[in-house]
Amino acid sequence: MDEQMWTYLWVGLTFATYIGIAIWARAGSTNDFYVAGHGVHPVVNGMATAADWMSAASFLSMAGLIAILGYGGSVYLMGWTGGYVLLALLLAPYLREFGKFTVPDFVGDRYYSGIARFVAVLCALFVSFTYIAGQMSGVGIAFSRFLGVDFNTGIFVGMFIVFIYAVLGGMKGVTYTQVAQYVVLIFAYTVPAIFISLMLTGNPIPQLGFISDVKGEDISMLAKLNETVTALGFNEYTSTKTSVLNVACITAALMFGTAGLPHVIVRFFTVPRASDARLSAGWALVFIAALYTVAPAVGAFSRLNVIDTVNDTVYIGQDEDYAARAAEIEAQGQTPSPEWFNRWEVTKLVGFNDVNDDGIMQIRGPNAPDGLANEVTINNDIAVLASPEIAQLPGWVIGLVVAGGLAAALSTAAGLLMVIASAISHDLCRRTFFKGMNDVTELRIARVAAAGAVVAAGFMGIYSAKLAFVAQVVAFAFGLAAASLFPVIFLGIFWKRMNREGAIASMVTGLVPTFAYIWHFTVGFSYFGIDKGVEADWLFGVSPQGIGFVFMILASIVGIVVSLVTKAPPQDIQDLVEDIRVPGTRRAHGIADAGMAPAE
Amino acid sequence: MTDHDDYVAESSRHPEWKAYWKATVTLTLTLLVIWFAVSFGAGILFRDALDALSIGGAPLGFWFAQQGSIYTFMVLIFVYCFRMNALERKYGIKG
Repeated sequence: MDEQMWTYLWVGLTFATYIGIAIWARAGSTNDFYVAGHGVHPVVNGMATAADWMSAASFLSMAGLIAILGYGGSVYLMGWTGGYVLLALLLAPYLREFGKFTVPDFVGDRYYSGIARFVAVLCALFVSFTYIAGQMSGVGIAFSRFLGVDFNTGIFVGMFIVFIYAVLGGMKGVTYTQVAQYVVLIFAYTVPAIFISLMLTGNPIPQLGFISDVKGEDISMLAKLNETVTALGFNEYTSTKTSVLNVACITAALMFGTAGLPHVIVRFFTVPRASDARLSAGWALVFIAALYTVAPAVGAFSRLNVIDTVNDTVYIGQDEDYAARAAEIEAQGQTPSPEWFNRWEVTKLVGFNDVNDDGIMQIRGPNAPDGLANEVTINNDIAVLASPEIAQLPGWVIGLVVAGGLAAALSTAAGLLMVIASAISHDLCRRTFFKGMNDVTELRIARVAAAGAVVAAGFMGIYSAKLAFVAQVVAFAFGLAAASLFPVIFLGIFWKRMNREGAIASMVTGLVPTFAYIWHFTVGFSYFGIDKGVEADWLFGVSPQGIGFVFMILASIVGIVVSLVTKAPPQDIQDLVEDIRVPGTRRAHGIADAGMAPAE
Repeated sequence: MTDHDDYVAESSRHPEWKAYWKATVTLTLTLLVIWFAVSFGAGILFRDALDALSIGGAPLGFWFAQQGSIYTFMVLIFVYCFRMNALERKYGIKG
């Protein structure tokens, strides 16, 4: 059986499983649909959160990004895990104790304001749509590259699958499919990593291989990598030229952004109690770390492997017979380019441009001692996608990696869909415009909203190449979540005096400048005749990815000052805040709970 | 009696709620100091100094940024869960 068949088999099998789970886990009430009936076991929720969290980018691109950035890639590793400490300690248990369905529920009820709820809905929708477009285009790419299916058709297949389990099962269906998707993706990620670690360092555990000596040599893997890359004119792998302030700001923006992302927060509404919410965050991080501590090893191994096997080899083109030509080159005492390079060249994820016309592939950095130009381009996704072939693993593993990438993309897309659907059916319809709506009607609207969101997400995926902001998902989603949502949620729990006026001022202060800054430096307001910003103009030298943290500080200060100069929140609200701080003491409090009673 | 009067009456019968919250905040702050120290401290601010040391050939600051901080984060959350459960038992809170 060849790789193509294995890929079809794995993708078919995993998709059938997801649909099976969807039919089993149908939602019967809004409580089921939005928060899986508050009945998910903390370990199960931890696993679902991990799948929800790890997107197509975490699975396919992160290791390759670290391979290129070296130390600079640490911002993603620390940022996307450290946020869970903030979630567990500062938000998740309290929000669970608060006992409603969505993030705008908390903002709207805690700050007794429809405007505050509406601003929170806007933040949640923008963040989620930006994020989901990337997932859908990831699905399209996976189908078009590996299954020979047209990009748009691939997106339609993905839409169909998510449609079934999100519309039928709501959060309940999504939760249990995410568990299955986690199993698929973690298996697909670690199997090749283990074999590569064995091959390179003799240690089967990638995290240990990362700090071991190169197999058969008396030099550590990272020291050898540093030597190899500096000899070719790249920066040292284990250090960076980026400023400390910028690295710290990006890390902080990713951490606080993680803690403020609605699709992550709502996962902690699905467990039975506040104590389960914090435990669940711990398990989520364990399941996430299973991939995130392997990723830097995969990145370093692949950087070393690619240079070792590709640099200074004789290129074999697509029009030549690989085996015959390779034997011929070896007979001349030279090294042929590796077979995986030849095979992946078709997908355009790797490329060779023979600048000096010598037929030899030179990989060179910006300061190459021999002055040669770089001739080889390697896409970030290659570190993960080609790893089974580099490690010479059988065809079934390669198919598994594709199924893993799809699992990562679909699970994240589904989690985001639930946020979008609930923002429309619950926050806008039930809580803002049609307050008398009953549960049956709301559930029906929730399904329609989920269906509509699937279609909208699919079209955003199809047109993602034309939507410039989609490529900046890291800056937009995390920056906006950190600057606009984190301060009002955090202060709403830890500072009783925070009031409606402060909350609205804080969200607007976080949202508008962050959005404008990122847009100006990544997309550009050319429509208004303003040139796109350049790096030299960065505020304090902080990149768009890190600016969310700067404006988060500003938004918090504005929120506090405005609260202090305006009237204290009503007594009901202050009593409510006291309640959510002590598990099991939550009672209904007048204006905070008039629109919707808290869960038991 | 208003809702609020009821509320005050019940809260005054439970002085342990205030003590529990105070202990929670202290624990949270302590753990966040460690959270900051391993990531922003060891992994970013003092990386250069720590890189003089090494763990299995990996410069220590670099290792903290790509591995050590993540392991510490996991430990921190489970310590938090464990200590919070203990606090809830101590103050008779059902959790």
